[in-house]
Amino acid sequence: MTASATATVAAFPAVETERASRDSRPLRLITCGSVDDGKSTLIGRLLWDTKAVKEDQAATLQRDSSGKQNDLGLPDFALLLDGLQAEREQGITIDVAYRYFSTDRRSFIVADTPGHEQYTRNMATGASTADLAVLLVDARTGILEQTRRHATIATLMGIRQFVLAVNKIDLTGYDRARFDEISHEFKELALSLGVKQITAIPVSALKGENVVYDGRASMPWYEGPTLVETLEKATVRSNQTVGFRLPVQRVSRPGESFRGYQGTVAGGAVKPGDSVVVLPSGMVANVKQIVTFDLVRNAAVAGDAITLVLDRQVDVSRGDMIVSIDSQPMTGRKFDAQIVALQPEGIEPGKRYWLKSGSRRQRVSVTPASQLDLKSGKWNAAEALPMNAIGKVALTFDEQAIFDTYEQNRTTGAFILIDPDTHNTIAGGMITGRHSELGGIHKGDERVILSLPADLADKLMATEIFSSRRHDAEVRHTNAGRAAELLAGLDE
Amino acid sequence: MSDNRNEAEARSAAASKPPLDPHLKALENEAIHIFREVAAEFERPVMLYSIGKDSSVLLHLARKAFHPGRVPFPLLHVNTGWKFAEMIAFRDEIVKRYDLDLIEHINPRGAAENVTPFTHGSARYTDIMKTEALRQALDAGKYDAAFGGARRDEEASRAKERIYSFRTPDHRWDPRNQRPELWNVYNGMINRGESVRAFPLSNWTEVDIWRYIQAENIPIVPLYFAEKRPYIERDGMMILAEDPRLELLPGEAKQEGLIRFRTLGCFPLTGAIRSTATTLDDIISELETATVSERQGRAIDRDQSGSMEKKKREGYF
Ligand SMILES: Nc1nc2c(ncn2[C@@H]2O[C@H](COP(=O)(O)OP(=O)(O)OP(=O)(O)O)[C@@H](O)[C@H]2O)c(=O)[nH]1
Ligand SMILES: [Mg+2]
Repeated sequence: MTASATATVAAFPAVETERASRDSRPLRLITCGSVDDGKSTLIGRLLWDTKAVKEDQAATLQRDSSGKQNDLGLPDFALLLDGLQAEREQGITIDVAYRYFSTDRRSFIVADTPGHEQYTRNMATGASTADLAVLLVDARTGILEQTRRHATIATLMGIRQFVLAVNKIDLTGYDRARFDEISHEFKELALSLGVKQITAIPVSALKGENVVYDGRASMPWYEGPTLVETLEKATVRSNQTVGFRLPVQRVSRPGESFRGYQGTVAGGAVKPGDSVVVLPSGMVANVKQIVTFDLVRNAAVAGDAITLVLDRQVDVSRGDMIVSIDSQPMTGRKFDAQIVALQPEGIEPGKRYWLKSGSRRQRVSVTPASQLDLKSGKWNAAEALPMNAIGKVALTFDEQAIFDTYEQNRTTGAFILIDPDTHNTIAGGMITGRHSELGGIHKGDERVILSLPADLADKLMATEIFSSRRHDAEVRHTNAGRAAELLAGLDE
Repeated sequence: MSDNRNEAEARSAAASKPPLDPHLKALENEAIHIFREVAAEFERPVMLYSIGKDSSVLLHLARKAFHPGRVPFPLLHVNTGWKFAEMIAFRDEIVKRYDLDLIEHINPRGAAENVTPFTHGSARYTDIMKTEALRQALDAGKYDAAFGGARRDEEASRAKERIYSFRTPDHRWDPRNQRPELWNVYNGMINRGESVRAFPLSNWTEVDIWRYIQAENIPIVPLYFAEKRPYIERDGMMILAEDPRLELLPGEAKQEGLIRFRTLGCFPLTGAIRSTATTLDDIISELETATVSERQGRAIDRDQSGSMEKKKREGYF
């Protein structure tokens, strides 16, 4: 059996070589996996070997490690990450630490997350903004339930690139068969989650083998890349493909003559002259100017913080969304979503929460439908969701809500739930679509006949989802009376 | 008005300056987003202004975020009376130039009891003149949100802190129970008396700060540049010897040398470094080869590992 073929399920697409570290956005990554698998040690080692640790910090580390030294006489690299007193006392990570380092090729923001189940919320915090996940497994114990939970949350949050670091390989005597076995098991888990980009690497975080420097001396059988080589080639999350989105954060009115809408472009692009719609009001206008501090710009793209001036007086306030006229998000009062419950009180059925998405905050009631069973990968019916559960829910709003699916847009498809009593953030959620009022409408191979006014049908057919499956639909024109007759005929 | 002239100058300079690289642009966008979100969600925001390089960047970003409007909140300077003289002169000039509202606060108890870094030791002095003073100023202004220029790369407990860092009515930070903070969706809901510290520069590193200062031509206190200055050596630090209140101890002697500061605070507690860096280019290349971290020159961080966390739990920024 060939080890490297098993190890590398799919290589990352190569990027232009020799790019300077500032030529692109930094790659954001997390480490995740079960308790004590060596996440903090791995990142500590990464910082150490990329020379991101300065002399005074190294001296502090040596001092703090003394007494707790491992058999190898190496410093406890995890202490570079575990900066809270409680973490040092207990030797575990409690909250996510953000660290920054760079190589000649690119810069990185790494979030070291806790493995402890109790602190899953902090892992979710780190995962929400990551481009890539380094999933650690202790080579001796293999994949655990917590490993599955983290892999699942990372995938739900849109991470599509994984590095499987089979760590503490030194403690197995560099056992190649063990590495192959774990890689294989993870590949099956990843496929069930829909992840195809996986690189598996045998690692000793403590000794620094296959982290920055290769481990050929101990593992001649491994011919794949080191962790750092893999990270240098990974891609940053691509920007969403749907139309222009500007969630309005504030209205700027410094004087009578100026009125600008300030926010960060959450998708697409915009330029003066573009036609836009203000949601939820539906009012239409054209873009007159894009104002920034430096100069008046002739275009803005996703990620830009801008001030937009429209060509006419329209009513726009914080929480509204300005969008392109020909590619609009979904609006409505009922949506389906997947959520991760983050607090001990879980998600109570029918309770009303605050939902915040972009700059829009609304009242919502949450009805859990099912919960993911991590062992079987099946969704079981559920009425409430306990802490750390991953669930599917229906959201019901008092007023119009505006979303894209998370799949299409990671900003306008994401939200948090806030408990109105404690004001704490109790869940993170991802929109999967509009809630269908007709429960079970999409079951089996049944078909549904709709009778709609022609203008509404036009709008429906203009949506991305419809046009992508245009060949599945049959459409006929007729008048209202004839349609009513036909449908009546079906009711028998 | 001189404001207008400066603005006009800045603008024509801006029009000709090359665009920011994608790395700095992403950091700038994130910071502006945070500024706008806090300004929109909170009733009484304030910006902590410490006059240093991070504050200078923070202020620049605030001006960008609210352009063409004014910065819609006041700046708060918690003074100790022991800042470098050049810092105060710089502060007053900036406030005038950019038409800002500045609130200065000095702990009246500390002033009355004559608390100094020499008489009370760095830990007690910091506690009274900075931590307690800050709490007093925030209470007096009933501020529900305070912007700060802290960066996660500064120190291990900072690396753990959220961008919206929740504080109890007595300004405490509970690092074990921080609110989850997903994507860039910030939870600004608080009860009366509670507050949030907001950190738009969380994801910036020291090099990013300097590269941004250079790219955006941001004014900073001249003490950051190397110059021949008088100093004394004390506790392994080079202390600037310009202020007449600095009394020489037996065995100490004034010397002169080419020095500069990597961070600025109270002059008796801030150590200089030997350096020949007289331009931003020099500073950046010096940093890229630096072997010690910027906090090394600060007495307040050196007491022990975890000392910053302790201070922060008690309300220090
Ligand atoms: N022999 C050996 N020990 C390791 C290796 N990596 C980590 N360890 C040890 O495993 C223990 C746990 O490491 P941590 O880095 O704290 O684990 P973690 O995954 O960050 O733990 P949590 O964050 O609490 O979930 C420490 O004692 C490390 O020294 C390795 O590659 N080889
Ligand atoms: Mg850890």
